[in-house]
Formats: sequence, C-alpha cells, structure tokens
Amino acid sequence: MNGPDEVVDCLGQRCPLPVIAAARRLPQLPVGGVLRVLADDPAAAIDIPAWCRMRGQELVDTSTVDGSPAYDIRRAH
Amino acid sequence: MGSASPLRRGILPDPPARYGFLVNEPPAYFDAASAAPLHPVARQAMLAALADGWADPARLYAPARRARQLLDAARAATAEVLGVRPDELSFTPSGTAAAHAAVLGGLAGRRRAGGTLVHSAIEHSAVLHAAERHVAGGGSAESVPVDRSGRLDLDAWSAAVAAPGVALGTLISASHEVGTVQPVTEAARACAAVGVPLHLDAAQSVGRLPVPEGWSMLSASAHKWGGPPGVGLLVVRKGTRWESPYPADEREAGRTPGVGNLPAIVAAAAALRAVHAEAAAEAARLGPLVDRIRATVPATVPDVEVVGDPVHRLPHLVTFSCLYVDGEALLHALDRRGFAVSSGSSCTSSTLRPSHVLEAMGVLSHGNVRVSLHRESTEAEVDRFLAELPGIVAGLRAEAGVVGL
Ligand SMILES: Cc1ncc(COP(=O)(O)O)c(C=O)c1O
Repeated sequence: MNGPDEVVDCLGQRCPLPVIAAARRLPQLPVGGVLRVLADDPAAAIDIPAWCRMRGQELVDTSTVDGSPAYDIRRAH
Repeated sequence: MGSASPLRRGILPDPPARYGFLVNEPPAYFDAASAAPLHPVARQAMLAALADGWADPARLYAPARRARQLLDAARAATAEVLGVRPDELSFTPSGTAAAHAAVLGGLAGRRRAGGTLVHSAIEHSAVLHAAERHVAGGGSAESVPVDRSGRLDLDAWSAAVAAPGVALGTLISASHEVGTVQPVTEAARACAAVGVPLHLDAAQSVGRLPVPEGWSMLSASAHKWGGPPGVGLLVVRKGTRWESPYPADEREAGRTPGVGNLPAIVAAAAALRAVHAEAAAEAARLGPLVDRIRATVPATVPDVEVVGDPVHRLPHLVTFSCLYVDGEALLHALDRRGFAVSSGSSCTSSTLRPSHVLEAMGVLSHGNVRVSLHRESTEAEVDRFLAELPGIVAGLRAEAGVVGL
C-alpha cells in the first residue's frame, strides 16, 4: 500500500471523538480513498472497527505510526 | 422524617433532592445487575435477625445457639435452592470475595496438576483480578474468546482446558454486561473430559435461572437477587481439591475468614428462596419488557446497536450502544430524566478503559447503556424510558454536532 490519502490526528481525544472525526472526513474522500485516523484512546481500537462494520466501510490496516495506533479506512461506498 | 434523628444527623446524608419535574414519579431504577432493590422478605428477615441473631454462632450459650440455628437454616435454605449439600456452601463477605476464594483456592488445590487458569474473555473483574494475582505469583492464565454475541467459543475453550498444565477453568454463567447466557453444560463437559475442575461465577443468574450442572465450584452474590449487599456464596463440591488462599480460620468450613454478617446472611437466604419461587413468573413478566426495549430502541433511535445474544440471554437485562454519543453524557442525561442505568463505556469507568466485555465481542463501546430490570420494575417505567430515550439521544447528538453523520 502507498500510504493513506489523508490523515486525521485524534491523538489525545476520547471516545467517541475519533469515530466522529472518521465519519466526518471519510465521505470527503473519493470512493476507494484511504483515511488514516491516529487515535490513542483505547476505546478507538474497538470503536473504529465497529463503526466500519456498521457503516459498511473497510478497515484495511491497523498499525503503529510514531508510537501511536493508526487505523486506515478505505471508503467503500 | 422531620426531626433529624442523631443517626441521620451524624452519619446519613441528607435525603436525595427531588427531581423538580418528576414530583410524583420516583426515578426508574434500571440497574439490578449492579444491585437489585432489597426484597421485602429480606427486609423482614433482616430485622428479625438483627433482634435475634447478633450473638456469635460459634459460642456455647443460648443466644449463640439461636444464632447458630438461624445460620444453619439460612445455609439449608440456600443450599436447597442451589441443589447442593449444606456443608458444601459457605457465606462470604461478597460475590467478589467468593470468586477470589474459588479461583485462588481452586488453583492452590491443583498446584500439582499445573499452573494454568483458563477463563473466558468476558469474566467479571473479580475473576480477572484473581487471575492477575495468580499470574503475578508465577502462574499463567489463558483467555478464551467469545463471538460477537458474547458467547464462549466452545472449540477454543475445549482446546484450552485440554492443554497440559491446566489447573482450573473459570466461567461466568451469564454476562453481567450484555446478558448472554454461556454454554455452561458444554464447557463443563469439556472440563470433565480432561479432569479439570470448573468454577462457575453464577452471580448474574442465581435466583433467576436454573443452576446448571457440571461445575466443581460456584460463586454468587446476594445483592444481585434482592438480598443485601455484603453477602456472597461459595460452593465447593465434595471431592474438589480446594485449598484456602487465606490465613487459617475455622469459620464457614475454613473457606472464608471472619465472622459473617448473620442478619444479612439470613436476609439473603430469605430473599433467595422468595426469588427462586418467583423466578419463572418474573422471567415471563420481564422478558417481554426486555424484548420491547430490544425491538423499540433500534426502531426509534437511529444508529443504535443492541448487543448480546437475542435468545440465549438473561431475561431481565439488555445492552445497547448509541453511535457518536458519549456514554457518560448519556448516563447523566438519563439520570436527570429519572432513569438509573449503567454503562460499559470507557468514560464511565474509573480506569477510563472501555469494557473488556464489549472489546472481546468487537462491538461499539461508546454510548453504551445497560438496562437491567427487577421485580419492582413496571411496564410504565419501561414505556416512559422508551418514550424519552429518542429525544435524549437526539439532544446529545445535536449538541455534539453529529446529526446526519
Ligand atoms: C458476574 C459477577 N461476578 C461477581 C460479582 C461481584 O459480586 P459483589 O458485588 O457481591 O462483590 C458481580 C457483581 O458485579 C458480578 O456481576
């Protein structure tokens, strides 16, 4: 993968703010585009995948970027 | 109570402030899974035992014999409901203490067989903290996953308990957070097949559902069934290898230290007998109310996920999560409208971590609400909740600017 098309930094934000940020930004990407959400709230590890499942979006990768959890979401529709 | 009694003045806080807009309506208490309201027979039994059961039951004079009789009767009644022998049952200072004793004592008794504890990923913190203690002391613990509905993965469980060096399995009978009833009989069979004893944490199901078969140790908690807080049950079946994790003490067959709170124990036993007799009728009454919540909330509140098994579940408990809503804000908003509920969202926990149960299930953890009903819960309360919830959630979403996301 060539890295995300856009990055949203939610470091230090608590539930449910990282999910809200993902929901706001993903529709601004073209279908197929990848949004990276940086979020260190432990709840994000549950809620970002759950949001993708509920919204039919694709969580393509969960990784660590500069020591912080990063969630890559591809806009599926 | 107009004239403040010395007790109220000295110890008790002021009476709770009234909800201005609900003058005729007491708050709807929907948190039986934390603590059910005291059953009326428990109150009567406790008052009688306070008058009559204050002596030390181990002593050799008339008041002590009276206390002993009360303790024996409480034990016999409780054992009968559980289907165990009275000498297999000990009263502990809480469900937590009972779970600690079961897990740590079960591990100690099987030291020679191995050092591994197998547990589900959705155990109560009482069991998980005992597991942590075991690991800190050089033992190991194996966590077995659940599916999205919160049901134990039986294949993984069977493989885990069959591994070499397993001393004990421990399983919750039904999830305290999402209500999913666990496949206890099958899990117990897997343990029996490989000679591993099973501890069942039955805190959420005793008094509501029949006690399953096949376990070696059981723990439970009286304030979940309408008994007073501060009484737990620990059952160690005959033939189970169990070694006390505490300094020596001769009370309660040496399974839990200290003199028990006899009036509370008597009340707990009286309540258990009563709720056991009412259990089928209560399940038939509360089940449809929970069904109504399960059906109505997703239909009237957008973007809600009802979690937990829709069929294999506790009859009185339902959990759902509201997308984009802060769990703590939702709890406070519901409290202001006179609803007492609980939440597994991280912002509502002292550790600021999301519920490990919701995490293990892989379901939304924010905006989480657990409603758990009890014998005093009414249809009118549930309907008022269902009428008010959509507006409350919509208000919070509007405030957060997340409408239409
Ligand atoms: C499943 C489960 N186990 C154990 C406990 C602990 O019981 P207690 O509150 O009496 O310490 C609880 C109570 O929250 C529970 O739900």
